[in-house]
Amino acid sequence: MHVLDLDYMLGLLPILLGYLPLTLEMAGAGMVAALVLACLLAVVRVQRMPGLNALAMLFISFFRGTPLLVQLFLFYYGLPQILTFLVAINGITATILGLTLHFSAYMAESIRAAIVGVDRSQTEAALSIGMTQGQLMRRIVLPQATRVATPTLMNYFIDMIKATSLAFTLGVTELMGATQKEAAGSFLYFEAFLLAAIIYWVVVEILSWLQRRLEKRLNRAYQR
Amino acid sequence: MIALNGITKRFGEHTVFENIDLTLEQGEIIVVIGPSGTGKSTLLRCINYLETPDAGRLTVGNLSLDAKHATRREILALRRRTAFVFQNYALFANKTALDNICEGMIVVDGLSKAEAHARGREILERIGLADKANAYPASLSGGQQQRVGIGRAMAAKAEVILFDEPTSALDPEWVDEVLALMKHLALERQTMIVVSHEMQFAREVADRVVFMDEGRIIEQGPPGELFTNPQDERTQRFLRKVLANNPI
Repeated sequence: MHVLDLDYMLGLLPILLGYLPLTLEMAGAGMVAALVLACLLAVVRVQRMPGLNALAMLFISFFRGTPLLVQLFLFYYGLPQILTFLVAINGITATILGLTLHFSAYMAESIRAAIVGVDRSQTEAALSIGMTQGQLMRRIVLPQATRVATPTLMNYFIDMIKATSLAFTLGVTELMGATQKEAAGSFLYFEAFLLAAIIYWVVVEILSWLQRRLEKRLNRAYQR
Repeated sequence: MIALNGITKRFGEHTVFENIDLTLEQGEIIVVIGPSGTGKSTLLRCINYLETPDAGRLTVGNLSLDAKHATRREILALRRRTAFVFQNYALFANKTALDNICEGMIVVDGLSKAEAHARGREILERIGLADKANAYPASLSGGQQQRVGIGRAMAAKAEVILFDEPTSALDPEWVDEVLALMKHLALERQTMIVVSHEMQFAREVADRVVFMDEGRIIEQGPPGELFTNPQDERTQRFLRKVLANNPI
């Protein structure tokens, strides 16, 4: 047993932090795209749009029902064999695509529940003054649903940041991939992965702090 | 002028009402009374197209539509000419009192935010809530919320305001302030149809009282006549029951 090599960890810190931006970029892009897709899916589900509703249910069922790692391999290694124009797809794009589709399926269901949870009489009130479905969704229902869905969506975002580590299996050198390479060179696996774990942890803690502030702000209108 | 001709509403097999005719002149105040479950609220909701009538014609001002085959555009036009006050207020929980009132002016009527706010503050003044402009519904009392609900309807500048049991959900202590505001509107000859169990209000304010039972308009007339000399046996029975509890 050796003592924790703190000097090595301190030296490794700036190297690993250099890969953090890529991790956050993949999660950020995935989150924005997943939110947009999830909102569309949720509206299709809430309005029970004929045809589209069944498609949305199939989509959600598949992407919730299969492991993210399987989906990533399917997009990166599998799809280019069928759709040859995808041969050039790189690991980063495949990861963002996988995260988007996978997490949008989960997020769609939370958003749908939040939309359905908005008091029906407010919808009627909006209609009664002549607002269209689109206007009442945008201005009355979605803002309130956002408040309800925010804690869950933030949890998915946190999950997504951690899930970017799977990109390493597609040959992307992000935080996890970089740690693996460094550790393989130094044989100090414990120090390297402990440091990686701490970096993920700190990022998530910062986000949790932001989440609490955001929720406080969103709840302002509902204080008695 | 507002006219309902042959308005019919069914829920599945159950016919709520059939062939209802009702006409109002501009500035007329009608109070609809009757036992619970006789379709009063459903009728009111049909006028605002919150319920889709199964047959009949709706006429509000210069708009006349076949109720069953109304187009999306006609429905929106109808809703702009009719405003609705809900039993449970139904204020937008994410908007302040002022924004609740201004929402329709900005989104539906296309007023600028500044114009809408100026008019919104005037309305807040009239409903006695000028100091609550920035309060959210959750922080208002039931009576205050319902006054904002009425303010929102006033902002629509509709030809008729439809009140669906506006005081039924209120604690007794808040009923008077809401009725007072409605009386105030009545004095300004705001056309309105009020579904209510407030007989005193009906007697004081209504130009005409309409008695509905089992999906039919049984009889109607000026409150002085209908309350003192009801013709139909069902009206007599209903009034005896109600007035025994709350003499006017």
